[in-house]
Amino acid sequence: MADLTARSRVRRQLPTSPWLFAAPGLLVTGAFVLYPFLSTLHNSLTDRRTLIPGRFVGLANFRELLHDDMFWTGLRNSSLYVLGVVPALVVLPLLLALLVQKNIPGITFFRSAFYTPVVASIVVVGLIWVWLLDERGLVNSLLETLGIGRVGFLSDQWLLLLSAMAVTVWKGLGYYMIIYLAALANVPRELHEAAAVDGAGPVRRFLNVTVPAVRSTMVLVAALSSVAAFKVFSEVYLMAGPSGGPAGEDTTLVMLVQRTGTGLTGRLGYASALSVVVFAVTVVLMLLVLCADRRDGT
Amino acid sequence: MSVIEKVRPPRAPAAARETRVTDEHGRRIRVWELALRYTLLLIVLALTVGPFLWQLSTSLKGPTEDIFSSPPTFLPGHPTLHNYARVADTIPVWDYALNSLKVAGANVVTNCVGSALAGYALARLRYRGRGVATLVFVLAMLVPVEGIVIAQFTTMRELGLNNTLIGVVLPGSIGAMNVLLMRNAFRNLPYEIEEAAFVDGASAWQRFLRIALPSVKGTLAVVAIFAFMGAWDDFLWPLIVLSDPSRFTLTIGLNYLHGTFAGDERLVAAGTVIAVAPLIALFACLQRYFFRGVGEGAVKG
Repeated sequence: MADLTARSRVRRQLPTSPWLFAAPGLLVTGAFVLYPFLSTLHNSLTDRRTLIPGRFVGLANFRELLHDDMFWTGLRNSSLYVLGVVPALVVLPLLLALLVQKNIPGITFFRSAFYTPVVASIVVVGLIWVWLLDERGLVNSLLETLGIGRVGFLSDQWLLLLSAMAVTVWKGLGYYMIIYLAALANVPRELHEAAAVDGAGPVRRFLNVTVPAVRSTMVLVAALSSVAAFKVFSEVYLMAGPSGGPAGEDTTLVMLVQRTGTGLTGRLGYASALSVVVFAVTVVLMLLVLCADRRDGT
Repeated sequence: MSVIEKVRPPRAPAAARETRVTDEHGRRIRVWELALRYTLLLIVLALTVGPFLWQLSTSLKGPTEDIFSSPPTFLPGHPTLHNYARVADTIPVWDYALNSLKVAGANVVTNCVGSALAGYALARLRYRGRGVATLVFVLAMLVPVEGIVIAQFTTMRELGLNNTLIGVVLPGSIGAMNVLLMRNAFRNLPYEIEEAAFVDGASAWQRFLRIALPSVKGTLAVVAIFAFMGAWDDFLWPLIVLSDPSRFTLTIGLNYLHGTFAGDERLVAAGTVIAVAPLIALFACLQRYFFRGVGEGAVKG
């Protein structure tokens, strides 16, 4: 204790500015998030390239986007991704959470095991599924054994996109399961009991008690998963390859950003314009989900 | 969360009754419901963990075994570690793992230190501009990384840090989300203890280190786990910032391995097992803290 007081006398004389505490965080955030964000907005109005500073071109990049087939392909795929992935990620993890909610023997093991795909790197997950869905892979071996025959999951444009969505859902299940578990813990048990006394079966109790009670969590999951789905990169990149599958038909918007913006010939201005579209759509998605929530709520 | 706490032993002599399984409210669960639950749990288990086991099995199969057989064989006939040695001969997989470890380790340290400091400043210190500082982190959390990677890349180039591991670490070194998590944790502490220390003449730094920080270990653990997993898993940013194969992290190295040796599944399988095993081990050790921390703090936001 004597040591502490002796030192505190010294320390007290030093001016400890609150800003010193916040400085590292503010510096990193400013330099590597806010500054790049502003410079993305600025670059989107220039024709900057990797080795060329670029000059102001107004909205030319955005006008070019409108006539770029690849942009529309990317926008289509990223939007389809949202439509395919979000309903599954709102519903399935909730069912999974109900399954692991009850504390039966060994349930901790199951909860952890179901979380494994979340823990694994997306690259590992991507490569595992490329192997599983390969023309000669496990899924096709099983299908053949069952007499269904082999399916070209990774060679057909639409099947590939669908497979990537399935992988995204598979990897996300555990993550959203945990969020639902926390929400379910807050559902009053009395509600269930009252419903049970009124003669409601498990399905009715789920629809009339559980779902309304975790509604705000469902909205949160919808918001989080739709934004994440729209920005999908790794799954499709790994499963379809850098060029986006057959004739680039499976390219997503973020893949397009990565492809146009990097390398020695990278068109930074154009890639920034694409980024601005990504940003705008995510904001719109968030607002849509939140508005839908408000309208249903009242 | 241990199993033992939840299963209450029957009060009657064991011989008289079967072991009763009860839920968290002490109500008995019927046998058919229990059977149904375990069946479903095992199906989901097969779907979530099965792919990893299949990958492990593939990585252990020797060169003479048919890995494409139909019906598939789940257990390797002659298990061998040969493929792991071959990965190391093909790409410097241990160097890549070391690079990933460096990046992830640095990310844990910077995130824990930086977000604890900033979180404390936002939650507990009084000064002009605190609201603005908070707003900076809230706004930063809303900016999608995917939308700014190109500008982050040019920023790195201006700093001369492209193609370095420092460049990989920096953008995510103090996550805005983590700062806000720590802020919430500090805000939930009672003021009284710190006030006593303040009256005794403790500086802000002493109050932070000796009183506040030890009380938020749980949230700090969550920040550490997320920081480690986030850095270890990251793909898009290292892919953009690193161009020299000798500096690749494991994720980029694996993608490279896959691209170059796409036909050799045993090799790719061994590589993915090397990449995922440490994470699963880490998670298995920390899952107790993790589920508790996530359940308590992160979701409520």
